[in-house]
Amino acid sequence: MKKRQKRLLLVLGSLAGVAVVAGLVLNAFRDNLVFFYTPSDIAAEIVPLERTFRIGGLVEDGSVRRAEDGVTVHFRVTDTAVAVPVVYHGILPNLFREGQGVVAVGSLQEGGVFKANQVMARHDETYMPPEAAEAIMRAQRDAAQTVGHPEGY
Amino acid sequence: MIAEIGLFALILALLLAIAQGTLPLIGAARGDAALMAVGRSAAYGQLVFLGIAYAMLTFAFVTDDFSIAYVANHSNSLLPTQYKISGVWGGHEGSLLLWVLILGFWSAAVATFSRSLPREVLARVLGVMGLIAVGFIGFTVFTSSPFERLLPAAIEGRDLNPMLQDPGLIIHPPMLYMGYVGFSVAFAFSIAALIGGRLDAAWARWSRPWTAVAWAFLTVGIGLGSWWAYYVLGWGGWWFWDPVENASFMPWLMGTALLHSLAVTEKRGSFKNWTVMLAILTFSLVLLAAFLVRSGVLTSVHAFAVDPERGVYLLAFMGIVVASSLTLFAWRAGKVGLGGSFGLVSRESALLTNNVLLAVSGAAVLLGTLYPLFLDAFGLGKISVGPPYFEAVFLPLMLPLLLLLGFGPRLRWKQDSPTEQLWRLRWIFAGSFVFGMIWPLFVGTWSFMAGIGAFLGLWIAGSALKDVIERIRPRAESQQTVGTRVRRLGRSYVGMQLAHIGVALVVVGITFVLGYDDERDVRMAVGETVEVGGYGFRLEALEEVEGPNFTADQATVVVYRNGERMTTLTPQMRRYFSQEQPMAQTSLHRGFFRDLYVNMGEELPDNAWVMRVYYKPYMNWVWAGAVLMGLGGFLSASDRRYRLRARREEELPVDRAAKDAATATG
Repeated sequence: MKKRQKRLLLVLGSLAGVAVVAGLVLNAFRDNLVFFYTPSDIAAEIVPLERTFRIGGLVEDGSVRRAEDGVTVHFRVTDTAVAVPVVYHGILPNLFREGQGVVAVGSLQEGGVFKANQVMARHDETYMPPEAAEAIMRAQRDAAQTVGHPEGY
Repeated sequence: MIAEIGLFALILALLLAIAQGTLPLIGAARGDAALMAVGRSAAYGQLVFLGIAYAMLTFAFVTDDFSIAYVANHSNSLLPTQYKISGVWGGHEGSLLLWVLILGFWSAAVATFSRSLPREVLARVLGVMGLIAVGFIGFTVFTSSPFERLLPAAIEGRDLNPMLQDPGLIIHPPMLYMGYVGFSVAFAFSIAALIGGRLDAAWARWSRPWTAVAWAFLTVGIGLGSWWAYYVLGWGGWWFWDPVENASFMPWLMGTALLHSLAVTEKRGSFKNWTVMLAILTFSLVLLAAFLVRSGVLTSVHAFAVDPERGVYLLAFMGIVVASSLTLFAWRAGKVGLGGSFGLVSRESALLTNNVLLAVSGAAVLLGTLYPLFLDAFGLGKISVGPPYFEAVFLPLMLPLLLLLGFGPRLRWKQDSPTEQLWRLRWIFAGSFVFGMIWPLFVGTWSFMAGIGAFLGLWIAGSALKDVIERIRPRAESQQTVGTRVRRLGRSYVGMQLAHIGVALVVVGITFVLGYDDERDVRMAVGETVEVGGYGFRLEALEEVEGPNFTADQATVVVYRNGERMTTLTPQMRRYFSQEQPMAQTSLHRGFFRDLYVNMGEELPDNAWVMRVYYKPYMNWVWAGAVLMGLGGFLSASDRRYRLRARREEELPVDRAAKDAATATG
């Protein structure tokens, strides 16, 4: 092979490699996006079953129940319009409280229960997880469109 | 008074930075020696004033001056002194002050250690560093001054976030910033070379040690961050692929590519444009990291929209830096010319492959980090890109890179015979494959992926060690003793091999901890025992204990191995006086082959708690690997040839390459 041919081969080889990798990256990207839905979205049945997604909202007052084993927890997440039952096996974040913002990652089971494999509360005392705030804002905006003024946020 | 002195010093530093960013550049363009000489004095002066500003803020922290808003928000009179000192960088404003102080330090270091540089080059490098300093000190003064007064003064401070009250925080940010900011030196060298129109092997030799040091700091900084998160966040995670981590990982990937590309430019004079491009990209990613972390855009895109001052400043700064350096690149790079040619199988092509793979990984992380932000910013929906994406992308990219890592460093420059090299490594390859496949049996249930991970680790370390042994082994034809041969290896070479062995440790550690960790969240009452990873954990007692600024529930957990008492762990759930937020303190038993990890979750009725009881095999191999990589970086930066360069400046790269081929070092 001449030098030029070799160089051409090298360039073509790396280009092909980059193309393969780019395809791989985009494919992985498409398969692993985690979408965000609000409890109202779930009630409206626009959420796919068996796919991982995130929900956000407030932990409904008086909804937290702990199972016999002490590790499984049931609670409900509300965006002030609709509440979704959630089940989680594990330790809740230190700042998980009734009436506070929460974000959960998991999937919707048969029967409309959201099985969370990760629960996130606010990081500190000053702010709500952005997605929890977003869920409430959307629910209140929807409510405002039919009833009157939103309350804030 | 203290705050005013601090702010005044900061403003003086800004003025000096402006002088440093303009006069030497003008001087270099006009050939005016006096103007060029301003660079060094301005750099030293800037460091002095930044040091004064920093000392003032530290003094305010130590003396509990709650009339300064930043101190009142991030300290408390009960805070232990070491955390008052490290609390200076516990928030946005103070960490920026640390950032600019470190930038001043790098500037002064360049001024001190680059005496041998041609006058014009030094002037241009310091000029570019000065312009960067103007950007960051300006940001601190105009948008994020830590010296703002609070009227009326607070009676008590709001305290430092308990998560930050930890030895890990004392060292993690300074290390990380040393790395981030250090890449500004490589950037400044590249820009200076573009301005001067001289991109040669000498330029690469000047930039290389600086890049290696910055890279080593960034490596250690990222490792420390991971080590800190592992026990502070309390659920045993050590890498989350969250945007803040990705922000530091992107410049690391690009910086790693830069380090390897510089090797080619120094030794062979090739890849010059690519190296300059990487230096620009690496520093741009550092600026992106500063933007992501410091603008508040990650907390919430909407919070950013409400108070956009900081974000817009950083975005504009990044835009100016990237646009002007790329324009300069487009204008000048054409004149650079190509270096020596090389064959299909050669050290150059191996390093090229390394660069392509690293750059693509960096791009993949960039996509996963920025895409959700873009969608959110334009109101196109909220998504997140979790670990599964990054894992799916990294595995296929890293496998060939790691395979190559056992092979590439042994290839000769220009042209090598693949069959010959493969033949020489046949036993290492076969041996590491066999032992790699057997190794997982000693850790847990055998799996092919774990075998592959162990194989790659053994392959990299094995071939590195074989190479070292071949070089120091006494030979019949030579009189040199092993001692002489060890001394003649050169720090650059030893550093490279150390760093590569560090990679091997990280690979093995990650493989086993991901494949074989055992994590249980269980209810434990006093007297109960759980079995995790072959260890018995028995909750002996629960009690209240008191610390300097908190009270805590403490659990006493005795660990048994084969029925014998092995150690006692005492995790706590702390309640800091000044915070509503309780904070779990993990208790760890670290070991060579595994960590035992116990953390308190929630209190349950009947004297019981939900506890996290984790078994983490080979966890410490990951940290040890990061430390070795860092050490390797520092060691190779201290190589003799970088100190002797003044005398050899005229030497042509081609001569050097020939000589290097003869001595076959690093």
